[in-house]
Amino acid sequence: MGGVLQGIQRWAERQLPALTRYRRPENLPIELHRRRIYIVPSGFGIGFSVLLAVMLVGALNYANNAALLLTCLLGASSAASMLVAFRTLDGLRLSHIRAGHAVAGQSIELTLAFDSSRPRNAIRLDLADSRIAFVLEANATAQVKLALPTVQRGWQPLPRLRLWSSWPLGLFRAWSWLHPDQSVLVWPRPEAAGPSPRAPAYDARHMHLHRGDELAALRDYRAGDPQRHIAWKASARHDNLMVKDFEQPQSRPQWQLDWRQLGGLDNEARIARLARWLNEAQAQRCSYSLWLPGNEIASSSGPLHYAHCMNALAQLP
Amino acid sequence: MRSPRRKLAEPPIGTRAFDLLSLTMALVLGLHSTHLPWWLSIALALTLGWRWWQRRRQSGRVPRWLKLPLLALLTLAVIARYGGIFGREPGAALAVGLLILKLLETETVRDVRVGISFACFALMTALLFDQGLVATVVVAMGLLPALATLRALEPGQLPTSLARSLLPALALSTAALPLALLAFLLVPRLSSPLWGAPSQDQARTGLSNTMSPGNFTDLLTDDHPAMRVSFEGAPPPADLRYFRAYVMWDYDGRSWHYIDARHVQARETAPIQAGASIQYQISLQPTHQRVLPTLDVPLMAPAQARLQPDREVMADKPVNDQLSYQLRSALQYRLQPALDERSQKLGLRLPTSFNPRTLALAAQWRAHYGSDNSAIVQAALNLFHDGGFRYTLAPAPLGRDAVDDFLFDTREGFCEHYSSAFTVLMRAAGIPARVVTGYQGGYWNRYGNYLLVRYSDAHAWSEVWLAGRGWVRIDPTGAVRPERVSLGAAAAAGDQMAWYRNDWLQGLRNHWDIVNRWWDQGVIGFDTLRQRGLLTPFGIRDTDTAMLGMLLAISSVLFIAVGLAWALLRRRLHDPLRDALGELERKLARKGIARRASEGPQHYLSRAARALPVQRDELARLMKSYLELRYAHDEPPPESLRVFRHAVRDFRVVGVVK
Repeated sequence: MGGVLQGIQRWAERQLPALTRYRRPENLPIELHRRRIYIVPSGFGIGFSVLLAVMLVGALNYANNAALLLTCLLGASSAASMLVAFRTLDGLRLSHIRAGHAVAGQSIELTLAFDSSRPRNAIRLDLADSRIAFVLEANATAQVKLALPTVQRGWQPLPRLRLWSSWPLGLFRAWSWLHPDQSVLVWPRPEAAGPSPRAPAYDARHMHLHRGDELAALRDYRAGDPQRHIAWKASARHDNLMVKDFEQPQSRPQWQLDWRQLGGLDNEARIARLARWLNEAQAQRCSYSLWLPGNEIASSSGPLHYAHCMNALAQLP
Repeated sequence: MRSPRRKLAEPPIGTRAFDLLSLTMALVLGLHSTHLPWWLSIALALTLGWRWWQRRRQSGRVPRWLKLPLLALLTLAVIARYGGIFGREPGAALAVGLLILKLLETETVRDVRVGISFACFALMTALLFDQGLVATVVVAMGLLPALATLRALEPGQLPTSLARSLLPALALSTAALPLALLAFLLVPRLSSPLWGAPSQDQARTGLSNTMSPGNFTDLLTDDHPAMRVSFEGAPPPADLRYFRAYVMWDYDGRSWHYIDARHVQARETAPIQAGASIQYQISLQPTHQRVLPTLDVPLMAPAQARLQPDREVMADKPVNDQLSYQLRSALQYRLQPALDERSQKLGLRLPTSFNPRTLALAAQWRAHYGSDNSAIVQAALNLFHDGGFRYTLAPAPLGRDAVDDFLFDTREGFCEHYSSAFTVLMRAAGIPARVVTGYQGGYWNRYGNYLLVRYSDAHAWSEVWLAGRGWVRIDPTGAVRPERVSLGAAAAAGDQMAWYRNDWLQGLRNHWDIVNRWWDQGVIGFDTLRQRGLLTPFGIRDTDTAMLGMLLAISSVLFIAVGLAWALLRRRLHDPLRDALGELERKLARKGIARRASEGPQHYLSRAARALPVQRDELARLMKSYLELRYAHDEPPPESLRVFRHAVRDFRVVGVVK
């Protein structure tokens, strides 16, 4: 049933763009207004109107004016609820969208910020398979978090969002389509297993530069320093024990990840391998640099650097 | 049966929604409990309470082996009580029972919606039993928890208390009230029902067309309005407020009957010589009888009714709905100045071999007073006044010779006993006499300028024919207890009334009746006829269905337009920083430096600074603080915001624009 309806909807949007007002991607912020909010009775609404009709005929037949008055009151309340449903969406603003990070195949977390000048209840948001209901307070921003499934690396445009509500009585369903002109960057999926970056990619010059136990400085002994690092001779000349401080990079090797060294693999395989190496490097907290065609990222470390490198990988043609 | 997949897909309902649903159903049950058998009401209330408690404790389903027997039990109980499931009472009992049982299987949103729809219907059926003002208001209040339940079903709401969750429903129905009233006025009424007939057992029967001592007792304790009378000009004095309904000639020793024999014999209406008369309107509650009570003797019959031989008025059809009719009655008159032979014979007829002592007393009077009929009447009244008679609503029972027993033994009774005994005495003495039943008295509501007559104002009196005066009304009850005539039934009954009919409460009820009258006339009595005359003030005499439909459509559109205007009303997003910048922009724009659509604040203010070199530093400062306020914080700190707004307010464009 749902599939058929969706099929009809797709056909209608293709054939009758003016009627369904299929929207091209548009820039944020998007503010809902009356020309893009649609409203129809829900299934329950149709059932309820049948009930109202039965009540009306019954009241008229038995010439019971009190029952007729009650029926009119119920009907008028239902009609008024249509306006409330419309007002729930009218003037709602999607101000910005922030995306998290995810590798291809996983879901990416989106944070949509809605704001409004008046409180609104029971707004629902459908995006792909995820559905969420949220409430907005007056002059406040609601951060709505959603998961968007991803397929492949690179820029993935956001699909259409459906913002809808059946507030207050569930008799009417008001909805509006949002199609923000925004894409999310999906990181490449790292290969499951492969060679370590050390063997082929280790840079000989780099090894030379940081070879040996070159003494950098002497410093006071701190609890936990290995005994073999104590500079006995120097300590003899001081009151305290002195410890030989070695070059820091020695304990955190610097990796140089290079696209060019992965000859013999196709582009995607290279990207997958580099992604895995980036993950490993990040996991071992070592410092690394990345060379990509048209993009060279200097050696650094930390989550920002990691994101920078992954972004660069994701954006490769 | 729904598939299990569907059940899984539907979200379970929250506690608040279930509480509100239970509240709605409890209200429905409470409203119907006035006519349900008490054991059914209690059983259903217990079921409701148990289910509420059970679901509150643990959200478990009720097993099917419990639900099905309960359903069967309910159906059997209804059939056992009413003998079937069709009709108003059994239908309502079954509907309420099913509604409560529906609660047992309510687990999903869909169940709640079905339950609420059904509850709305059950609320409406409560009005089939009582469509008074209070009942209607209470039923309308019952819509509030129903609407609140539907609201509570929607996901994504701020939590509120149970009482506060009813408020929005109240606001919604209040906003909808004008449209509802309009629809009520304009929805075309059916001139005849599509099926069935309006139920009859609801209405009170009122006066009966027979009278035997004792059968008024139920009527005299019924406080419901029988009719309301409004007069043109001043109302008649209290002792003239006699409303005639039936004139009874035929006595069989036990009961008086309103007979057809009289109608067979006398085909013509009794002639009348009328003096002063009064014009008035009576609004009669449905009685399902044809008789229309009139003040004293009417001069003409109202529309769709006929004058009977003794100037009682019979409608062409039984009064099944509230009926209003206009009349003119004589206050001073001579009714049938010349008595024809048949009437004379009928007016003297007594059953043979009944009441020998009464006959002897009458013969004795006749011998004593000779041919002075008035003196005999007075003698009878004196007997009632001085003979140790007592007015009571609970008299001792009477034997075969009822009048003998009453006159010489028990000497207690109420209007029926007195009028019956008096009439028999008169006939025995050779004076044509008859019994008249109707209403006497009533409560004058001076706020509404109308006379409220209740069923408890029912009364019986006599008419005797005196030469030269025609039929003269004699009220023997007045001889025993004058208050009955001057103050009304309640005063006459004294302390024999039930506690709820005591003075101040009765006074309150009498005052409150003006609201009931307004409701009865304005709402309940708004029928096809009144609807057709709706537009008479606007020069349209007869508003037909098409016209009503058009009016309804037009005014609905108007209401929708008003509603839409409200729906489209928007408040701007309140942003003091944005407002402050707007003020600055306006100041600059007056000097010709308007912000372009594509321009950001930084670019714009830099351009302004270049155009106004004198105030370059000031503008740069403003720009810097704006950018900081806007972009350095999620929410601009109030103190800095205040400083910025002051700076903008104090800013004056002085430089020459280059």
